Amino acid sequence: MLSRGRHSVLANEPVGPYRLLRVERGRAEPGIPGQFFMLEAPGRVLPRPMSLCLAPPGELDFLFEPVGRGTRALAALEAGDELAILGPLGNGFRLDVDRPLLVGGGIGMAPLPYLSEKLGGPPAVLGFRTAHHAEAAALLPGSEVAVEPGLVTELLPAGHDVLACGPERMLQAVGALFPGAQLAWEAPMACGYGACYGCAVDLDGTYKRLCVEGPVLEAAACS
Amino acid sequence: MLLNASGCLDALATPEVARAFDAFVTKTVTPLPREGNDPTRIAETDHGLLNSIGLQNPGRERFLAVVLPQLRGLGLPIWVSVGGFSADEYAETCSRLSDVTIELNLSCPNVDEAPEAASEIVAACRAETPLPLYAKLSPALPDIADVARAAQAAGADGLSLVNTIRGLALDDETLRPRLARGAGGYSGPALKPIALAAVYVCYRATGLPIVGMGGVSTGRDALELIAAGASAVAVGTALFTDPGAPHRVRADLYKAAAALGFEDPLAARGIAHAPASQLALSKRTTNKTPAYTAK
Repeated sequence: MLSRGRHSVLANEPVGPYRLLRVERGRAEPGIPGQFFMLEAPGRVLPRPMSLCLAPPGELDFLFEPVGRGTRALAALEAGDELAILGPLGNGFRLDVDRPLLVGGGIGMAPLPYLSEKLGGPPAVLGFRTAHHAEAAALLPGSEVAVEPGLVTELLPAGHDVLACGPERMLQAVGALFPGAQLAWEAPMACGYGACYGCAVDLDGTYKRLCVEGPVLEAAACS
Repeated sequence: MLLNASGCLDALATPEVARAFDAFVTKTVTPLPREGNDPTRIAETDHGLLNSIGLQNPGRERFLAVVLPQLRGLGLPIWVSVGGFSADEYAETCSRLSDVTIELNLSCPNVDEAPEAASEIVAACRAETPLPLYAKLSPALPDIADVARAAQAAGADGLSLVNTIRGLALDDETLRPRLARGAGGYSGPALKPIALAAVYVCYRATGLPIVGMGGVSTGRDALELIAAGASAVAVGTALFTDPGAPHRVRADLYKAAAALGFEDPLAARGIAHAPASQLALSKRTTNKTPAYTAK
């Protein structure tokens, strides 16, 4: 059952070049880490898909990078503003793993703080373009950080159940090293609930809707 | 009557959204399965949405054997959107359907079109089925009223107006098309005046039942399409923004119609064509006198 409501903005804080948008939780469920929400982007035609970064009591917190018109509109929201939020949507990470290792690249670290909380604070490796971007690692205390030209794939110990989110090339590299990894992908998305067929991704040779099949997928399923 | 626009809702994924409509319109069914176009498939613009999904669908046989029986379980009237790449393909699918309304997708901007004219496809389908047959036309036709008349003469029972119109968006940085296929079908708020114009002229040209669609996101939008001549309204892109759109549009439609003195929204059908004097008369039958007529 889809759940959509209006939520008040509590704060909209800079985290390095990113923003942490904190909204009142209301009646929304935080869902499973890796699931996502569609956030109304004021003045835009379509909402924007965002995974949940943190779920403190009474809040839903989203980490994003203002890079386009929608995310810039979200970055301009101020405390007291309201926005419509639909979700949680899609399939999150499976939490029944023995030796979790979280891997994040850039803004792909967004779902990892909430995931870490649910898994009891497992080890984590984060990669960023610059030291400024790496300031976001503060949201995941204790994580190991690689800054370009360093790569997260150079820091991954063997023998772990990898749960990763990041840019496509990072996910492909992680998937090649850990075929059993759970990878959270992204795609341009109009609706987030299976209606538009816009977020097609190639899975086992056919186009599937990422919002329905994912966004978290087993590495082995991603050709 | 409120419907979803074809290709804008998966009733099996979210049956509760489908049930908010009076009928469910399927994604277009083609004879053979289609993978759809390569991603990127969607791009938002300032006033609308470009898509090039490319008629991704499981094909006629699987649709008839698996999907349609599941859709019947919704308990809603079903409209099947039929596509093809020749008149014969459309006609064969029509011959295999029963107990549905058929909407002929004669206007997908994202695939190569059948070579025949819309009226020839309608005639071929008419020969194969007694089912209600709606022709869905493109707003890009040079003379849509002319095509609507021809579709009527060929046996169409109604019109679906309009499909998306071809558009292009370029990437901010690279100035290359944002969609993998280049151009796509443009929908959303920018399409509304285009849809209104198409409904307006086709109502006048044919008097056929018309499903009006294009940029409907409020009750007022729906009322305007009805005033232009629509007998039903479909919601498309607004569903992507808000799956609660059908409930909201319906409730607001009744309010918007009542505010202008219409007991039922459909009482406003075609009112845009009424002479000004007649309109003023209809206004006076309401208790409120609009400010612009008060002298």
